[in-house]
Order: sequence, then C-alpha cells, then structure tokens
Amino acid sequence: MPFIPHTEQDIRAMLAAIGVASIEELFDEIPRELRGGALAGIPPALNEMEITRLMRGRAERDGTWLSFLGGGAYEHHIPAAVWQIATRGEFYSAYTPYQAEASQGTLQLLYEYQTMMASLTALDVANASLYDGASALAEAVLMAVRAHKSSKRVLMPATVHPVWRRVVRTIVRNQGIELVELPYCTEAGHTLPEALAKLEGAAAAALVVPQPNFFGVLEPVDELTDRAHARGALAVALVNPVALALLKPPGEWGSRGADIAVGEGQPLGVPLASGGPYCGFMACRKELVRQMPGRIVGATVDAEGRRGYTLTLQAREQHIRRSKATSNICTNQGLMVTAATIHMALLGPARLAEVARACHANTLMLASRLAAIRGVTRAFSGAIFHEAVMRLPTPVAPVLQALKAQGILGGLDLKRDYPELGHALLVCATETKNEEDLALYAGHVARIIGRRARPAACALKPQT
Amino acid sequence: MLIFERSRPGRRNSGQMPAAPGAAGAIPERYLRTKPPLLPEASELDVVRHYTGLSHKNYSIDTHFYPLGSCTMKYNPRASNALAMLPQFLARHPAAPDDTGQGFLACLFELQEMLRAMSGMAQVSLAPMAGAQGEFAGVAMIRAYHDSRGDAARREILVPDAAHGTNPASAVMCGYAVREIATDTDGNVDTAALKVAVGPRTAGLMLTNPSTLGVFERHILEIEKAVHAAGGLLYYDGANLNAILGKVKPGDMGFDVIHINLHKTFSTPHGGGGPGAGPVGVNDRLAPFLPLPLVAESKGEYRLLSEADRPLSIGRLGAQLGNAGVLLRAYVYMRMLGAEGMKRVAEFSTLNANYLMAELRKAGFEIAFPLRRASHEFIVTLKRLKEENGVTALDVAKRLLDKGFHAPTTYFPLLVPECLLIEPTETESKQTLDAFVAAMKEILGEARSVPQLLKTAPHATPVRRLDEVRAAREPDLTWKPVNSER
Repeated sequence: MPFIPHTEQDIRAMLAAIGVASIEELFDEIPRELRGGALAGIPPALNEMEITRLMRGRAERDGTWLSFLGGGAYEHHIPAAVWQIATRGEFYSAYTPYQAEASQGTLQLLYEYQTMMASLTALDVANASLYDGASALAEAVLMAVRAHKSSKRVLMPATVHPVWRRVVRTIVRNQGIELVELPYCTEAGHTLPEALAKLEGAAAAALVVPQPNFFGVLEPVDELTDRAHARGALAVALVNPVALALLKPPGEWGSRGADIAVGEGQPLGVPLASGGPYCGFMACRKELVRQMPGRIVGATVDAEGRRGYTLTLQAREQHIRRSKATSNICTNQGLMVTAATIHMALLGPARLAEVARACHANTLMLASRLAAIRGVTRAFSGAIFHEAVMRLPTPVAPVLQALKAQGILGGLDLKRDYPELGHALLVCATETKNEEDLALYAGHVARIIGRRARPAACALKPQT
Repeated sequence: MLIFERSRPGRRNSGQMPAAPGAAGAIPERYLRTKPPLLPEASELDVVRHYTGLSHKNYSIDTHFYPLGSCTMKYNPRASNALAMLPQFLARHPAAPDDTGQGFLACLFELQEMLRAMSGMAQVSLAPMAGAQGEFAGVAMIRAYHDSRGDAARREILVPDAAHGTNPASAVMCGYAVREIATDTDGNVDTAALKVAVGPRTAGLMLTNPSTLGVFERHILEIEKAVHAAGGLLYYDGANLNAILGKVKPGDMGFDVIHINLHKTFSTPHGGGGPGAGPVGVNDRLAPFLPLPLVAESKGEYRLLSEADRPLSIGRLGAQLGNAGVLLRAYVYMRMLGAEGMKRVAEFSTLNANYLMAELRKAGFEIAFPLRRASHEFIVTLKRLKEENGVTALDVAKRLLDKGFHAPTTYFPLLVPECLLIEPTETESKQTLDAFVAAMKEILGEARSVPQLLKTAPHATPVRRLDEVRAAREPDLTWKPVNSER
C-alpha cells in the first residue's frame, strides 16, 4: 500500500485494541446514506517508475525556451546550493514553528531573513512572508487603511502591474476600499507627481509607489513619497528585491521614507516554475508593526539566558484574534523564504548588486539593439532598471508567434492592458542572457518585422 | 551564531554569477543606493555549513513523529518533489503561452478533475495559494452569489466556536459579520442554537467536518437543511478531509463550496510554514464565480481561462496561476494513490487515531469526547492533571520534545481546557504509535512524581523554554551589528 506501513498483523492487533471487528466499523458515526460514493474519475494507481515516466514525458514535451519574459517574474541563476539545502527534510517537512524549542533552525533562518529584507528596504522590520507579490500589495493596502483610520481611498498608479491591480481589487473590494487610478506620462513612462495635485480635496490612506514600475521605468519616488505624506497618506513602496541592491531603498525615499514596502520575492532564488510557489515580502516602519499581517519572528532568551527565537506579536493573528485579526493568513511561503535567505547569503551585497547591474546592462543592450531596427523605438524616455517597452511598427502578437517558432519567448504584448501605447512589447534580459542571445533575438525581430512591414509600407499607421 | 556573525568584509563567491559588465549605466544618481544592504559576506562553504547546521535544530516529519493535530503531518513522498522539480517545469515562465506548457497544463487539468471527482463538486479552481486564501475565495463567492441576486440583507456568516481562526478572519475580509454557534456536549454543532441563529441575514455557514474536535458532525444533514431552507449557503473547510477521503464526499453532504488543503490531505510539504495550496470546489450555482485562472480542455488541448471566459469570476488571488509547484506535487501523489489508495488514506488515518486514542485512554489519559469515534484525530484533556499536579498541556508538550516527539497541537480548539489535539496520520506505523504511548505514559508518571521536570521542560532541545512574553513586550525582530557579541 503506497506510504502506509501497516502489516496484516498490525491491523489485527490494532482493531483488537480498539475493540472493533473491522476498519469500516470506525466510520459508523457517519450517516449511512452519505458513505461510499464511488470515486469515478480517479485513475488507477501508478508506481514511482510509471509516474516518473509520465512526468518526464510531459516535461520534455514542454521543452526549454530562450525567454525574454519579465512582467513580475524573472529568470535568474540560482546557485545549486540553494535548493539542495532548502529541500533538506528538516526544512522541507517541518511546519510553522509553533513549538519554538523544536524549530530553532527555521526560526533563526526567518529572523535572518527579516533582517535581510529590512535592510534591503531600509525599513525597521519585515514579516516572515506573504503568498506572493500581488497579494502582499493587497495586504499592504488593507494595512495602510487600518493604520490611517479615517480614509478608505488608496491611490494606485496605472504603472503598477495590471494583473496585480486586479488582484488588489479582488481582495479589498468587499471592505469598501476605493482604488483610484493615477495616470502616467505617456512620454516618460512614469507617474506624474502633478497627477496627485489634481486629486486635491479628497483624503487618501495611501499612495502605492512602484519602483521600477511595470514598464521597467523608474518612478520619481522621492517626490511621490513626499507628496503622499504632504496629503496625510502613507507611502506604500512596491519594489523588486534584486533592484534594491542597486536602487535607493524605500526607507530613504523623500524626506521621511516610505512607510511600507512590499514586493515579489521570487527573484531571490525561487524558480519561475510556471508561477509558483513564490513569496511576497513586506517590511514597514516599526510604529506600524502591530498592523502588519503574517508571521513575525523575534529574538528572546531561554530559561538559561541563551539567545533563541520564537514567533511573536501573535495577538495580530487569526489563531488568537479570530475575527479581529489583521489578516486571515496562516500558512505562508516558508520554504521559498528558506531558499531566498540562502540565496541572499550566498550572493552577499556585492554579488546581488552585480546581478542587478548585469540585468540592467543586458536590457539596455537589448533595447538599443532592437531600437536599431527600422521602425522600432523605445516607448518611453524614462530611465529603466531591467525591462523596457519597445514600440514595434507592426502588431506584436504575430511577431511573438514567429519568434516562438524559433524557440524564443519574446516578451509581453501590452495591447490588452495598455491599448494607448500602440504595438507595445515589454522585454526583459536578465543576467542569464549573453551577447549571443541578445543578437539572436534582435536578428530574428529584424527579420520578422522586415518581412511583415513590406506589404504594409504606406504612410498610414498599420491597422491591427 | 547568525549568518551575519560569520560574515567577513570582502569575502565573496565569485563562482556562481557572471560579473557585471560596467556600472549602473544609465540610471541617474538620484535613484541609486548609496549604502549597501546588510547581507552576509560569506563563502559557499560558510553558507552551506551554516544552514545545514540550522536544519539540525528542526524537528520535522523526516526526523520525528509529528502528530500536530489538524495539520496532517504525513510523510511527503520524495517522488513528488523530484518530479515537480524537473528542469523544464522549473524553467517555465508563468506568462509563457499555453501551447508551450501543454504537459504542465495537462497535469493541472487532471488534478482539477481528480479533485472534482474526490469532492463531488461540479467545478474546481486551483488558484488559491493556501487554505486561508481558499476560505477567502469561498466566502467571496458566497457573497458574489447573494449580490448577483440582489440579496443584500445577508450580512452574517455563521461559524461554530470550534472552527479554525482563519474561518472568522476570512469572513471578515469579505465584509461579513461573524456569528459564533455553540458546540453541544457530544462535540456536535448545537443544532438548536443554529436554528435560532440562521435566518434572512445568514449568508452562509462555514463548517469543518470532521470538526476540529476530532469527530464527525453527525447532524450534518439536519444542518444542511436548516441553512439551505433559510437561503444561506454551506461552506466546507477541508482542513480535515484526510479523515474521509474517498469515504464521504463534501458534495454529497450538501456543501455548496469547499476548499481543500493540498499540503494536508495530498501530502505536499509544509516547508516550515508553507507553501500550501487551497483549491476551491463549487456546485453549479457558484461555478460562474470561481477565481481565475481555470484550466480548460478541448480536443486534447489545454488553455487557461481568463476574465473574458468568466466575466462573473470573483477575480484573481495572485499574480500567477496559483502555487504551481505545490499543485504538481499533489498531482504526483494522487496519481500514485489512485482511487483505492485514497480510500486507504481515510481508513488508516482513522485506524491510527482510534488506536492511539484507545491506548492513551488505557494509559490513564482523559479523552475529551470518550463516547465518540475518533476521526483522524482526537483530543486529550489534561484538566485533571493540572488540578491535581499543576502540570499543563504546555508542560506535557514541551516534555514530549525531550522524548523525541514533536508535540501535538496545544490549546486548540479553545473550548476544551488544557487540550492536546493529536493527529497521527496514516503513514505512521503501529510501532511508532506504541513508542509515543510509552513516552506519554512516562510523562504521566513524571507529572505525578517529579512535576518540576515537566514545568521546566524541554531539557534536551537546542534551547530551553523560551521567554515569549519578553519577545512580544520588547520586540527584537532584526539583527543589528551592535548586538554581535552574542
């Protein structure tokens, strides 16, 4: 029997000890009419060899691709040590460290992680993870509204990832929170601080400030943060953790710094894996810590005065406060945080900054190679981190389709979410790409566009 | 020692990563960081040794019996991990087109289908990333359903007082008020109290069955009638599904919506606190509201459904399609069990729980609901031990750590005083259970003869009992270089 160790003799002895004749008798409190529905639709069992063959076949069918996709999930090299350690059974098969004395490994690791994230964001404290970046942003919106107390309006730039904005809406809509979209400068590709001025009058609990934004463009974070504070709103930073090795951290934005920082932890050693599991991170000023959702680990001492670690500030949480908790979150993304911590420890401050610079340099190189193709331009003038929006002379979808035939995933088509940008393509080249990859990509784009542009070569804008 | 204390300025791992070509290039100085973050500077060996060392300070399923009630700490098959981590699966970008991930999507579609068959629900979405997010999605669908009918008076969710804290917290996140329903002396929902509470303000009832008290809710059909007759919907919290897997389907019990904790019933790793996955299943009337994305199949081709396909959906719960790697692990596990294997999960987890309950009773422990069958878990109450010897459930839990066992869940459910909620799971052998009983017997003896030994436990763990009050009163949540003497 798969994963069940009982021998016939064990079963007989156990039934005798309980005083029943059969296992079936143990289910006799369940109303008879409910019992025994057939499990049609569940295929017969496979052994490990058979399931291995099935899964390998499916994985091989999906193959591997040269990818220039970004948009919130990024391909980075992950040192071999990261997942070899993270999948050790002691980390992999433990649970939430409720019994602190039997969980010091996970607890100390989480304390180290909190320290790393607080330092990366230049804020006082960090929690032990949320589900992913988008749900972390939703939690930050809820947290800001709780902390602000008088307003339920949150200002959300249109330069925040469109799917993330939808996630926030799903999660906060039933609590009467109003999300106000802020327009962006279609030339520079970032939010206009003046857009805030136009909203004069109505109070707001928070302004979300993405850095870099969905277009890869850097936002005027100092000005936005100061303007949020001048209006009595909290500044919620939405940041990429790899970029933070290079970019000014949220705690130093403007004259007072952002109040809360959240983001997607995936770039820190978590594989792309079709979208998960990832890990959301959250850091904040210490005055806000009792409004923070999720697990938090604290250092303390044991009965002999030795340093030790435990879950703390649990009066915020659902298992203590029930309907009055800061969030319903219970299980979070502990294993991904284990990997992220090991990843950051292996890279250190210098290597993480070099990865960030390599991503930046590769994307700039890719963008300039693409912009050298006739009819292709950078959509925005603003400085970027490691993504760029390119405007093509022809519709994006067929170009991506043609690239796919060459084994290349060429980026994200922005047509659905930003139709005003025309034939806009979001590309990303992380440190995993070399010059040959960039040249191959640009070469194919030039060929495909050259071929497609010919029949449409007229003075009019090509129709989609 | 912390990893930061192993750090030495200038120590680097140059082997893992490419060197950066040039400086920050085109980034204006006002955007740049001036002070590097506090990350350790350590060699690969330093890091590997440090975290391997930390791992030794954990109790885990792979190292210890872990009877943590309501968490279903069963063995996590290594094949699930190995096959979910095949390189092509790991490398796939979530925004890659559906036609580049047909193998992956086939697994997800079949997982949806198996969960549907197992639960008796009409449709399943794999999107929620944990049980609590599944609860949120389920209650949000209940709300969307009532709202779609213009039934705005339904503002209350009923929750038994034995429920997990996530239930009331999830209901509040959906904008509902929570009304608690009492438990009767046999551990069932007090149906008289329920009938008083249920009415035109009732949006729904959230129920865990078998309950967190370790018993099957015997009045389930009566409860179902009462809630539905009042126009409310019935939510099934799948926390304890392991106990009835393949034996009883939530759909057959009349539930409208359920969530399933894949990290419990379908044995994906708990990872020191996650990741989990909390797929939701619904009957036909809630199907239009399911969270996105869903996996659809047509003529052998798979694709993800979006807002255009499901305009009434409550929306998306995360940036991507859910905890894909967890879903793959659960898929592998389910395929290895097959239909017969699933029934055996319920049978042997129930056998183990009832055996352990019988043996602990014989050893002198008081069972909270002695006249009931255990489901896959049961409750021991140490009320008498506390009165007679001053020893608490916490003390017993800590002493168990010394004896090489992870402790059961303590002080939950809140309504049983000094309780231990014990869930052995089906993957433990009789010999392990016997060893646990022997340890519990010893502890009972110690409680009577040397209670101080228990009150100061644990003694054999990497640290002794921790000062949790101090941790909360003077929060020390990050390491600071000035503290480095410790």
